[in-house]
Amino acid sequence: MLIKRILRRIGFWIAMVLFALFAIFPAAYMLISAFKQDGDLYNVANNPFLFNLPPTFKNIEFLFTETQYATFLWNSFFIGLLVVIITLLLAVPAAYSLSRLVGRRGAQSGIAIFLVYLIPPTLLFIPLFQLITTINAANTIWSLVLVYPTITVPFCTWLLLGFFKSMPRELEEAALIDGYSRWQAFLRVALPLAGPGIATCVVFAFALTLSDYIYAATFVSSTASRTISAGVPIVLISGDIYFWQALMAATAIVTIPLAIAYGLLFGKLVKGFQTEPASGT
Amino acid sequence: MAATESAMRRGSAGQRRAGVGDRGGPLGGLMLAPAVIYIVALVGVPFVMAIALSLSSATIGNPSIHGFIGLQNYFTVVHEAAFPIALRNSVIVTIATLVLVVILATAESELLARDFRGKWFWQILIILPWAMPVSLAAVNWLWLLDSEFSPVDWILRQIGVLGPGSLLGPAGHLYYYGREGVGLAAMTAINVWRLLPLGTIIVLAGRTAIPHDIYEQAQVDGAGFFRVLFRITVPALAPILVVVAVFAALVVFGDMAIVAITTHGGPGYSTQLLPYWAYLKGIEGGALGEGAAVALYMFPILLAAAILALRMAYRSENG
Amino acid sequence: MATLELRGIEKHYAGVHAVDGIDLKVRDGEFLAILGPSGCGKSTTMRMIAGLEMPTIGDILIGDEVVTRLPPRLRNVSMVFQSYALYPHMSVAENIAFPLKAAHMPRAEREQKVAWAAKLMGVEPLLKRRPARLSGGEKQKVALARALVRAPTLFIFDEPLSSLDAQVRAMARGELRQLHDRTGITTVYVTHDQIEAMGMGDRIAVMKSGQVRQLGTPQELYSNPADTFVASFLGTPPMNLLKRDGRIVGFRPECVRVAHAGAAMADGAFRLEVKVIEVEFLGADWQVYAHAEGGSEIHKLLARVNSGDAAALKVGESAQFTVAPADLRYFDATTGKRIEHGGN
Repeated sequence: MLIKRILRRIGFWIAMVLFALFAIFPAAYMLISAFKQDGDLYNVANNPFLFNLPPTFKNIEFLFTETQYATFLWNSFFIGLLVVIITLLLAVPAAYSLSRLVGRRGAQSGIAIFLVYLIPPTLLFIPLFQLITTINAANTIWSLVLVYPTITVPFCTWLLLGFFKSMPRELEEAALIDGYSRWQAFLRVALPLAGPGIATCVVFAFALTLSDYIYAATFVSSTASRTISAGVPIVLISGDIYFWQALMAATAIVTIPLAIAYGLLFGKLVKGFQTEPASGT
Repeated sequence: MAATESAMRRGSAGQRRAGVGDRGGPLGGLMLAPAVIYIVALVGVPFVMAIALSLSSATIGNPSIHGFIGLQNYFTVVHEAAFPIALRNSVIVTIATLVLVVILATAESELLARDFRGKWFWQILIILPWAMPVSLAAVNWLWLLDSEFSPVDWILRQIGVLGPGSLLGPAGHLYYYGREGVGLAAMTAINVWRLLPLGTIIVLAGRTAIPHDIYEQAQVDGAGFFRVLFRITVPALAPILVVVAVFAALVVFGDMAIVAITTHGGPGYSTQLLPYWAYLKGIEGGALGEGAAVALYMFPILLAAAILALRMAYRSENG
Repeated sequence: MATLELRGIEKHYAGVHAVDGIDLKVRDGEFLAILGPSGCGKSTTMRMIAGLEMPTIGDILIGDEVVTRLPPRLRNVSMVFQSYALYPHMSVAENIAFPLKAAHMPRAEREQKVAWAAKLMGVEPLLKRRPARLSGGEKQKVALARALVRAPTLFIFDEPLSSLDAQVRAMARGELRQLHDRTGITTVYVTHDQIEAMGMGDRIAVMKSGQVRQLGTPQELYSNPADTFVASFLGTPPMNLLKRDGRIVGFRPECVRVAHAGAAMADGAFRLEVKVIEVEFLGADWQVYAHAEGGSEIHKLLARVNSGDAAALKVGESAQFTVAPADLRYFDATTGKRIEHGGN
């Protein structure tokens, strides 16, 4: 029996390590490559996982001094910030309304909302491109600020809906009895208690903004206004010249914080997909 | 004193009469309105416009919708040589991805369903592929499967599976993005890699809905690990797995970034995918109407998948 | 301080009548218990009184003012929830002050009132704590303080003792009743526990399936139940009911006497052949479990008898129960409703 347990333990960890390796192998290689010297990297005979020549910061330096990467970072950050604000303003009241104020149908619309999130940009990007051109926002970061909430608002509404649903109604009802209107009960009781949910939304809204490629590639063509997602692949690969180490560094700088943030919010994401244990509560 | 007493008696908070702030229905409508208006304006309307565009002769040079030409774009596009290839590839990559994601997510969720020390660390590692922006993931894999310097090829060479006289040889490299079969396989791999975390999370969420007693009963009955997995877990998870499959399908089918950055649809159009083709036609080629038509060919499949997902989700939600 | 009146209150949900016609008048300062099993509509009724839900039909009046469509904040009602609903992000003091803030009371006065309510409920040392760090009993006291602090017209309690341990519950019951007597505020107390209702209420409204089956003092409900439901719901152990001569006959366990040599027999007493199943010694008296033949069914009966009667019983053997006519209650066999002095 003990043998069985030990075997099971070993089996578990082998599987765990395999899955983890699968997940981070490309990223680990990305990280190693970023610090490799040209002579080391571009040598087919070398072991790609070892530093056959000493590691160097030259590539990162190159990234920040010889390319527009810093501009991309700033653009992404600025757009992200604005999109987060717009998203919260739209999604928080919407999620609250659905969870509390519009009846059974509203509270169960979670999956439907998530599906709106899944409508691929490839379906909409051509008319949106036209729309952007018509209002003279083409090739500006404002076009992205305007359009990104179409991705973030459904996702965050879905996330917050799950969150508000799990908040006991009694607290808001107590506020009503204590002398507040529904709107005030929302402001004074529901909102403060939604702090963690809102924080999660901020992280995801930001991350979703960083992830989009198609709108960023279609709406903006001048390098100075590009975001990371479109800028890195389009601008840092010019013709046949690939600055691989710099590219890998560019990717790593964004990926690592995102992975940590998402990883820490793992539990919240699982919660967001959980349906209520007893139906029709 | 009297004023506060009467204020207390009324229990008001500024208003002595019931207003919109009190009534659930109207207030709910007001709070929902901004989001709904926004989505209708920037998702609903563009969707309708996409249909209108596909029925017109609009181009980037002359973008008006007024050149109504009925379903001509659809016919033109369907008869191009690239269309059946792009459609075929989109379907292959989507189905291959979703099958693999479903299987692997079920397995991975078995691991993450347990509690163990340092779980948070492994969760960060596992979720990294999803956290990475698509285009950057594509760049990462572009380098990973580079035709000259791929470390995967290096490993294959070291273990003797690649190179002159070996199984996958004789070339010392696999030229992943320059060939049809391997190119499609590579794109599938990238999609599986980046969607596995999401699949795992959805399955984990679904597992909590399975009552514990079933497992305990199975333990008492002496069922082994694999028997429990195949006889109990998988059947109970079936609706959730369908949801995972549908979400994966929706994401993969509609994605353009990976093909744009890795194979560019080549060589020729042998690894072309529908959404990228729509982009090439509409934006780079300037034929907006045709581009829209290609994009809309995707729609019925997406809609069918969406309906399936909704049905499955409601079924699992209502026990 | 006011009266409460419910006129023809009904609540419909998708074709179901959760509340099906309630007429009720609560006197000023009265402690009314609304008692019933789950699903009887008592919670819905309570929520309509509070303003958390609107009746489909009917009116609610608090002190002669029609409040049916008013939101809770305009009704000057206080409520103690089953889970106490203390705001987790505020301290105890802030919790208690919350209703006063809604009334825009100036700060100095607020602090005074909070201190007064805290003293009344004995929670002064807890003022700076957060609800998460309070025990069940403490939470209840804070909830009461918050409810009291603005001198409401009406108090509503929603099964407030159900989350307490059994030992604490009995004490809390007494304290709540005392609080009511001190403040004199009209109170509506919703519960499914008939011991609580009987012990605390001035009057009890027994509800089932959305209707009030009977409204009366605990004594009235106990001695003269209006139907078989009320008869079997109240009292521990409940009233015995069995079919006889096309009617249902009811009698309380403590009214049963055993026919044996040496026992005095009342004239015209009701006699019943039973088979004794089990006899338990309870200290002050004995509890007897018996079966009575009644046509095709076996009726299970309970009786409480003194030692003299108990001594005459043997487990497994037949015996004869008798009940004085004055202790019998008759009910219609189909409707369950009380029939006066069973005919014949």
